[in-house]
Amino acid sequence: MKVLERLEKIDRRYVFILILLAVVIPLLFPINFKIEVSEPVAMLYRTVEELSPGSCVLFSFDYGPSTMPEVYPMNLALVRHCFSKDIKVIGIALWPEGVQFGNEAFRVAADEYGKEYGIDYINLGYKAGGVVVVSAAAEDIATTFPQDYTGRSIEEFPIMTEVKNFDNIDLIVSFSAGDPGTREYIRIAQGRYGKKVGTGVTAVSAPAFYPYLNAGQLQGLLGGMKGAAEYETLIQQSGLGTSGMDAQSIAHGLIIFFIVLANVFYIAGRRKK
Amino acid sequence: MFLLFFVLAQGVIDDVDVVNSTDLIEKSEAVHTIVQAPPTQIYTRDRANDAGGGIVVFWKKSEDDGAGRESVIEYHIYRGTEADGDFELVGTAKAGDTSYTDITTRDGTPYYYQVKAFDGEQHSSAAVSEAAYSSAQWFHTGRISMLIATILISTFVVWFINKAKRGHELYIRPIAGLEAVDDAVGRATEMGKPIMYVPGILDMDNIQTIASMIILGRVARKAAEYETAILVPCTRSIVMSAAQEMVKEAYLEAGRPDAYDADKIQYLTDDQFGYAAGVDGMLLREKPGAIFYLGGFYAESLILAETGHSTGAIQIAGTAQPSQLPFFVTACDYTLIGEEMFAASAYLSKEPLLLGGLKGQDWGKAIIIFLILVGVLLVTLGFTDVIGWLSTGQ
Amino acid sequence: MKKEVPLIITFVAGMIMIVQYFVPHWPFSNLQQMFNNWFLIITVFALILGILNLLKNHIEKVSRRRKGWLYSIVLMTGFMIMGVAGFVWGPAEGRPFDWIYWHAHVPMSSTMFALLAFFVASASYRAFRARTAEATLLLVSAILVMMSRVPLGSYMWSQLPLIGDWIMSYPNMAGQRAIMIGIALGVVSTSLRIILGIERTYLSGK
Repeated sequence: MKVLERLEKIDRRYVFILILLAVVIPLLFPINFKIEVSEPVAMLYRTVEELSPGSCVLFSFDYGPSTMPEVYPMNLALVRHCFSKDIKVIGIALWPEGVQFGNEAFRVAADEYGKEYGIDYINLGYKAGGVVVVSAAAEDIATTFPQDYTGRSIEEFPIMTEVKNFDNIDLIVSFSAGDPGTREYIRIAQGRYGKKVGTGVTAVSAPAFYPYLNAGQLQGLLGGMKGAAEYETLIQQSGLGTSGMDAQSIAHGLIIFFIVLANVFYIAGRRKK
Repeated sequence: MFLLFFVLAQGVIDDVDVVNSTDLIEKSEAVHTIVQAPPTQIYTRDRANDAGGGIVVFWKKSEDDGAGRESVIEYHIYRGTEADGDFELVGTAKAGDTSYTDITTRDGTPYYYQVKAFDGEQHSSAAVSEAAYSSAQWFHTGRISMLIATILISTFVVWFINKAKRGHELYIRPIAGLEAVDDAVGRATEMGKPIMYVPGILDMDNIQTIASMIILGRVARKAAEYETAILVPCTRSIVMSAAQEMVKEAYLEAGRPDAYDADKIQYLTDDQFGYAAGVDGMLLREKPGAIFYLGGFYAESLILAETGHSTGAIQIAGTAQPSQLPFFVTACDYTLIGEEMFAASAYLSKEPLLLGGLKGQDWGKAIIIFLILVGVLLVTLGFTDVIGWLSTGQ
Repeated sequence: MKKEVPLIITFVAGMIMIVQYFVPHWPFSNLQQMFNNWFLIITVFALILGILNLLKNHIEKVSRRRKGWLYSIVLMTGFMIMGVAGFVWGPAEGRPFDWIYWHAHVPMSSTMFALLAFFVASASYRAFRARTAEATLLLVSAILVMMSRVPLGSYMWSQLPLIGDWIMSYPNMAGQRAIMIGIALGVVSTSLRIILGIERTYLSGK
């Protein structure tokens, strides 16, 4: 029993080392687990599939460097999907740091699909104010974002001639790591203007969005790196999400092993008493 | 916000038939001889529930839009200030659409509209609408249900506050997390260690931060009485100023203004994880005896609470972020779940006026539960119109 | 006076915000935006206060050679470098500020976030015990959801993702909704108490 007791009070740094190995080894030596697609992810995919070429979607980059590993892969996958279907993308950001990540996703996908800035896509940059920005842009994008992220007037860009407000937007997707983010779009864009809203959020906040999904207020929900991996599977273009799945699988398995182990000790200890 | 409930109840889906408008580039070389049928029955309406400056133009689809020759790809909307004067293009709508909102009007000016079907080359003929005027409204008719809910819940709250004023005893159930506040401060004092109070990462405009400041006042007073140091690392400078005020006042009331040290309430950084790293560092260096995490938290919650746990401190957490609650429940000794945190000032002070507010809130909850049951029943029986009644309005 | 003035400001601002939700007409239409702008302006000035407080604390720590004073030097050096890089060359792409942002700030923030993986492991190892029937239920559903979220789960049992989705879509959602409604009502009641001046502890502790 002494061994059990000692294991129960194990220094947590041993746990940390095992977790580190569980993450690093599969990253270095991929196993390539097959990825099953869940319904919330498939819903967003179908929504984008149903859009016809030339439609216009609004992407909101509402995340920062810390959550980038989780949210950026979804962002990139969605941009790729839209570009592959010749859908125009307008990017805005409710978080100042989001602008750079939006740009990066645009740059990567535009190279792959030969898309041109100002014609096929545009990044209007960051605007402070959260929910106020969303309600203002819903009425008039040009007043809210008179310039793109580089400071050039949006009137110079052909993509903006057809788009005045949310009436001209067919789908809104917020890549969100907190507030302001998806909730603002649900409240304003969906609630007030009846627009279709989808979202990609961090895994930890995904459970909180199921009520909106179920109520039809969200057209789809991507949660964490798994959500990104599933979307990459659907568009048949593997990326950062897919490559992280092996590590995440093993890490989840290991954590469950810890939980079971801890419970074995606990039950054994209780019996002894 | 309790709007959430009403938002949850509705599921408006805007199903616009999107028709491709860029493929029109493939123009036919042949000369057009037959012009598509024009849209008919053009009429206008002042845009409802706005601050003015908006007119909605409606029309009946051209016979060649989605039917007939299927040649219509867009509608072009023209506007003039005289029925027989010049008209200028103000916007376009996709084929299949039957309305367009012009948001560039000046209130009180008469406007006339024309809508022409466009096939990529030529326009149909067009009739001119009657004169339309835009105006602002004094009441948003789409929000009647919200108004009723606001009045109802406010009435409950005010009524119970008045009842409490008249000396009515109001019962409040024991909340373990709040009961433990004094004990935690006491324990830190016994150990000769400071207290750490983390007010979350949201700014002063968030109600969770305000609730947190209210509890801070209470904790600081206890700390002042026991002569225990209280550390408050802040992520927003306004929160820092507010926290300094709260703690200073608490020390004054405890009769120890000399023991107040403004430097213990400090600003770290606005950056989320920079803040988490900073607080973690302080936790490990200062080794507080009691740690409070009360306010709005995101992903840093577990990073803070686990580090705090490793120092062996007694930990009390509270937040209204549902996604962070599981982490606090796991790593802290006590967790205040959402509304319990908002109830803290009433609970801790036992002030009848504040308790009355809580009672009113309970009645609000009872109404919502009743509405949910009725709503579920009606929708199950096929009366889906009820969803519209609870809409928050556009 | 010290208390009355803030109470009046709170009451007037709070009532105006409620009224503007129901009245789209001018002057209410622009008030929300205006108040938001005011808040942003005040925040910027308060930021100066925050920075001064930060520097004062750390300069003091260094001059008195308090425990960990070397870290204070690291902090102030970082502060100066970012400040100079931002003010002299601006934050545009390719400039020093941008470079430091991408090559120091981004990886460091990601590292802090990644710590979560370790903390989740140690917290669940410690806390997920089958102490009671409810705790056992929580434990089992946690394991099912965790496995259903990764490809490994469907390898083990093809039905697992369906079970995970069911747990998330029904029991989880019902609980989330209940918490959300409770919190929303708490917000309404707290806001009302503050607007009406019944709750004034946030002004001065009493």
